[in-house]
Amino acid sequence: MQNVTRRNLLGLLRLAPAVPLAGHLLATPALAAETDSSARALLQRRNFPNVKLQDQDGKNVRFYDDLIKDKIVTINFFYAKCEGICPTVTANLAKAQKILSDRVGREIFMTSISLKPEHDTPAVLKEYAEMFRARPGWSFLTGKPDDVEHLRRSLGFTNLDPRLDKDSSQHIGNVRMGNEPLMLWAACPGMARPEFIAKSITWMIRKG
Amino acid sequence: MYRNVLGEKVSKGRFKEMQAAAKNRREFIAAGLGRRDLLKMGLLTAAGTLLPIKGLSARRSPGSNSVCVASFEPASPPTTPFVEPMPIMPIATPVASLTPRPTVDPNTAAGEQRTRPHQALQLFPPKKLYRVTQRAAQISLHPELPLQTMWAFDDGTGPTFPGPTYVSRYGEANLVRNINHLPTNNGGFGLNSVSTHLHNGHTPSESDGFPCDFFERGHFYDQHYPNVLAGILSTHPGTGDINESLGTLFYHDHRLDHTAQNSYKGLVGTYLLFNHLDTGDETTGFRLPSFPEFDVPMMFADKLFDPESSPAGLLAFDLFSLDGILGDKFLVNGKIQPFFKVKPRRYRFRWVNTGPSRFYEFFLTDPKNLSARNPFFVIANDGNLLPKPVQVESMRIGVAERTEVIIDFSKFAGKSILLENRLNQVNGQGPVVGAECVDAQGNPSPEILPAGKGNFVLRFDVDATPVKDESAAPRNQKFYDLPEIVEPRITRTLRFDRLNGQWSINGQFIDCDTIRFAVEQNSAENWILQNVTGDWTHPIHIHFEEHQIISRNFAPPPLQVEHSRKDVTRLQPAERVQLFFRFRDFHGRYPLHCHNMIHEDHAMMGRWEIEPNGDNKLLP
Repeated sequence: MQNVTRRNLLGLLRLAPAVPLAGHLLATPALAAETDSSARALLQRRNFPNVKLQDQDGKNVRFYDDLIKDKIVTINFFYAKCEGICPTVTANLAKAQKILSDRVGREIFMTSISLKPEHDTPAVLKEYAEMFRARPGWSFLTGKPDDVEHLRRSLGFTNLDPRLDKDSSQHIGNVRMGNEPLMLWAACPGMARPEFIAKSITWMIRKG
Repeated sequence: MYRNVLGEKVSKGRFKEMQAAAKNRREFIAAGLGRRDLLKMGLLTAAGTLLPIKGLSARRSPGSNSVCVASFEPASPPTTPFVEPMPIMPIATPVASLTPRPTVDPNTAAGEQRTRPHQALQLFPPKKLYRVTQRAAQISLHPELPLQTMWAFDDGTGPTFPGPTYVSRYGEANLVRNINHLPTNNGGFGLNSVSTHLHNGHTPSESDGFPCDFFERGHFYDQHYPNVLAGILSTHPGTGDINESLGTLFYHDHRLDHTAQNSYKGLVGTYLLFNHLDTGDETTGFRLPSFPEFDVPMMFADKLFDPESSPAGLLAFDLFSLDGILGDKFLVNGKIQPFFKVKPRRYRFRWVNTGPSRFYEFFLTDPKNLSARNPFFVIANDGNLLPKPVQVESMRIGVAERTEVIIDFSKFAGKSILLENRLNQVNGQGPVVGAECVDAQGNPSPEILPAGKGNFVLRFDVDATPVKDESAAPRNQKFYDLPEIVEPRITRTLRFDRLNGQWSINGQFIDCDTIRFAVEQNSAENWILQNVTGDWTHPIHIHFEEHQIISRNFAPPPLQVEHSRKDVTRLQPAERVQLFFRFRDFHGRYPLHCHNMIHEDHAMMGRWEIEPNGDNKLLP
């Protein structure tokens, strides 16, 4: 089955007729579990395509099943030969990982996805990860170009301006952070202070 | 056989609709999408050639930003307009006492998450106490849509969206105990960690609702609103400057990184301030139409509803937008396209744009005579009465701007008049600029749409029977003079920019722990705001004292309504705007930020402080 992409999010489907309901203000919230599971399933379908990727160790993974589902995660895009913002962003993430210490790999998982998957083979990614002293819990990912592009669009790492969007040196430098089961998502600039990036990630961890 | 992008069978009619929708964006798609997407969209033949484009340009001109590129298509389930009356939000109900009693120092032991003592609680002891719980509630926004789980303010009389209206008087301080009882289970978006901002109170920092001063579920935060005029502890001791009187304030959630989600989910409301001149009684003072019958706050919001949710039509929020979010349903006071029955006389309306990203330009449209011009009077900008009323045919407001208008319905007795937004905006970038965009048919898609082609937001149904109206005619009224402009201690420059999709101010991002600059308490400054983001429009909000716009691109503001006191200034494409500020009476941390809530949630914000000694950073 093909996924509904973020771009055509809501627009291209035949609209189902809504059931008229009486308009009342009810004081007691009824938060049905099935409503939430449906919201979560919609997010999964639109934003987290379960494409096949390979990590820096050459391991085959599925984006949703293996990297996102039931996890607190960070997601960003980069490429190994990028001389613009990528070195700064990756270095910041490495520092953030150090600040978060062994929580990464245990309760937080980091993913960096290559925008030039045809060049960034697992071996290239491995070398890149080692250069930045990335620790366990941080996956550097490559895949089929179409799959990576699908992922980029689904996750909103896009520029409105088509010229900027085509230019990989202008790629979105934000780091997304989220708590998949609780449907909490935010983003901060990859060029923010590593301490602040780390703090923003911890806001995704909720009690209760 | 016709199929949609999912490979599902669709009717021929639907397929044609899909094609038409795609046509307008074809150039964008061709430029921005991969081959696989093009194939999916049916725009690429199997041989790989793009289907021919016929005289359409989705973009203004080569090299420009994509101000004409629609970022979404209307998708909410259909709803019948004007089936429910516009609600008037209830007046917030105070409580006799609070347990435990409010304290100057944060009452951490009792669960308060304030971090700093109240700086003026003893100087301005509260006359009214409120106990407000933020909680989830099932609320109907339209009878043809399912009940929605909104996040609402409950003053003890039940949760409402928007929240209850605070009605306050200058000289009578309030203390609001805000209690966070929001669920962790958010139903799709929203973070149950909040900071309630009173926009734009003359409020000590610890009660302002600074984005990093958030508090968690199961905790509370006491917010002290002195309701005093700026200058009371400095330039105008004991009284404050009457020309700094505020009228319509907007309260909303301001949690760092989550302002858009939490406000969109319902955490918004209005807060009114009256005094001995703006009395709320049309027989006294300025004789403005009497509150509450003829003086009515209207909170505008645009929202999207998901046709695929279960049940269909639940409130939808794009968690992955970096640009801005537009809705295709227009709400006034929490109802989609309501009607409002009015008498044939003058009304004062307080218009509040609650966002998250849309700019409006409101016109009064007579559906039976689209060419008729229907002027009205603007009396206040950002909730602050102007020196005198200004007659206009339309009024533009960006996110978080407030305007007050006087509409005289006596000339419309027995008719229905539409409140129409005719500002053309197709993505988070801001209004379409000029007249260079074209629509799917190749027709001009100008900045201001023709009458009847915009968004009908509300219908006024005007009664035919004449009634008494003791309010003053606006034409010759006078309100407050503009506060005196003095020599600034320093002129600072703030550049609003975008680097690889990262929203920035002077190349930096919000960081709760970084103070960008220090303003000297009781001093005056000029701030120059520069827009270096191409065709984007940013509604820039600076907390605390109101500012005056000295110039737009070195000339006085062209609009008479901008000769006023502001707290949100629209920074338009390629603009340089110079503002005058004073920072009186209180001290502590405040933010400045873009009020496109998606931009502020993605770091287009800076923290500054009012301190005894200011610094001299020119480009902080």
